[in-house]
Amino acid sequence: MIVIIDNQMGNIRSVTNALLLLGADYLVSDAPSDIAMADGLILPGVGNFEKAMSNLNKKELTQEIINFVKQGKPLLGICLGMQLLFDSSDEGYPIPGLGLIKGEVLSLKERVNDLAVPHIGWNDLMVKKSVLFEEVNNGDCVYFVHSYAVYTTEQYIMATTDYGTNVVAAVEKGNIYGVQFHPEKSQQVGLKILENFIKLC
Amino acid sequence: MLRKRVIPIVLIDGFSVLKTINFSTRRNLGSPVTVARTYNTRNVDELILLDIDASKQNRAIDKFTIMDIAKELFMPLTVGGGIRTTKDIEMVLKMGADKVAINSEIFRNSFLIEEAVQEFGQQCITVSIDIKKDNNTYKIYSHTHRELLDLCLLDFCKKVEQLGAGELLINNVSRDGLMEGPDTVLISLISSLVSIPVIAAGGISAPSDCTQVIEAGALAVAAASIFHFTSYTPNECKASMEASGIPVRL
Repeated sequence: MIVIIDNQMGNIRSVTNALLLLGADYLVSDAPSDIAMADGLILPGVGNFEKAMSNLNKKELTQEIINFVKQGKPLLGICLGMQLLFDSSDEGYPIPGLGLIKGEVLSLKERVNDLAVPHIGWNDLMVKKSVLFEEVNNGDCVYFVHSYAVYTTEQYIMATTDYGTNVVAAVEKGNIYGVQFHPEKSQQVGLKILENFIKLC
Repeated sequence: MLRKRVIPIVLIDGFSVLKTINFSTRRNLGSPVTVARTYNTRNVDELILLDIDASKQNRAIDKFTIMDIAKELFMPLTVGGGIRTTKDIEMVLKMGADKVAINSEIFRNSFLIEEAVQEFGQQCITVSIDIKKDNNTYKIYSHTHRELLDLCLLDFCKKVEQLGAGELLINNVSRDGLMEGPDTVLISLISSLVSIPVIAAGGISAPSDCTQVIEAGALAVAAASIFHFTSYTPNECKASMEASGIPVRL
């Protein structure tokens, strides 16, 4: 069973709609005991980094997620959920992230020349070989909505997209996966990526 | 490279889809769920759902309608209508919307934008502004009160950006439903003023109009009439844009 972490941060229903369509067994929960039992975790999220982390801390989920990952079970962070996997962010009052992957989250504004921020819309992926991108090709378009982006070392970067600069679109470190775009909102390509993750769980 | 978007707008009056002309004359077009399903099959870039009576009737958009539509839609959904508080926004996002469009309330309380951005993040807050041309100047139009507001349009757009809105949806009321072509002067005026993405709506009558909107500086074209009253599809619009050298997702 996959547990979708309910962090009181928005569009969980689009994730459940996608899992429902794909026939996955899932549960939306914010209970540490459910997370401990799960075969796979999805950390979704739109919203603000500081608020999301303080919600996780308040619900005592931070350590639970870290423990879950230590057991080698798969975790997928989506959008803000991917950003939370890192050490810190520019967004809001400084607060430590989950620290599962080394790196930081910085505002796109000063880094994309005169392009509009947020980066909103369909952009194409340059992908490396990854179980998550099985049957996904370079040039496939997915939907992005974000004002902050992840900066991390090359070894963890599994996909990028071009928006004035090379924006990190997906990361992977062992059993930890993250996508900056919204697979649940990226039609067939996105559903394929979610299906690939479900197979890991 | 970022693709320029073509976004169908679905207007509802509570529960059924309708189309307006100059924001007043109405035609009923049936169930929003059926319409959403069609757009999902057609693989459109995004969808905007607006309940145009919600603010006037002092209620929020119906949550079950959003829920039913979101179920059928594996593309981004922006929802607007009667959004007054962060609680309303939370409800809309919980039902499956990805972004909310705020309109009427910002003229009473523009700090709702700031509050909402802090709570939900900039990327899901779209501010929608209705604009009407009056004696050769552009004025903000209040759909709720059916009157022009005594506000400087450009100052207001700048303020909306400063308060943290993630996207600006500009509806040209003078061109609404007339399919007479877009007002590129207005679009380029606002697009060059703000650095957040601008979605332009109003006046699209043929796929070639979409190219004009993008060339004027908007990052997305939104339209309703052309998709409801003609045989043109969003994909035909994008094919025409691509032929003019604009990157689109086909």
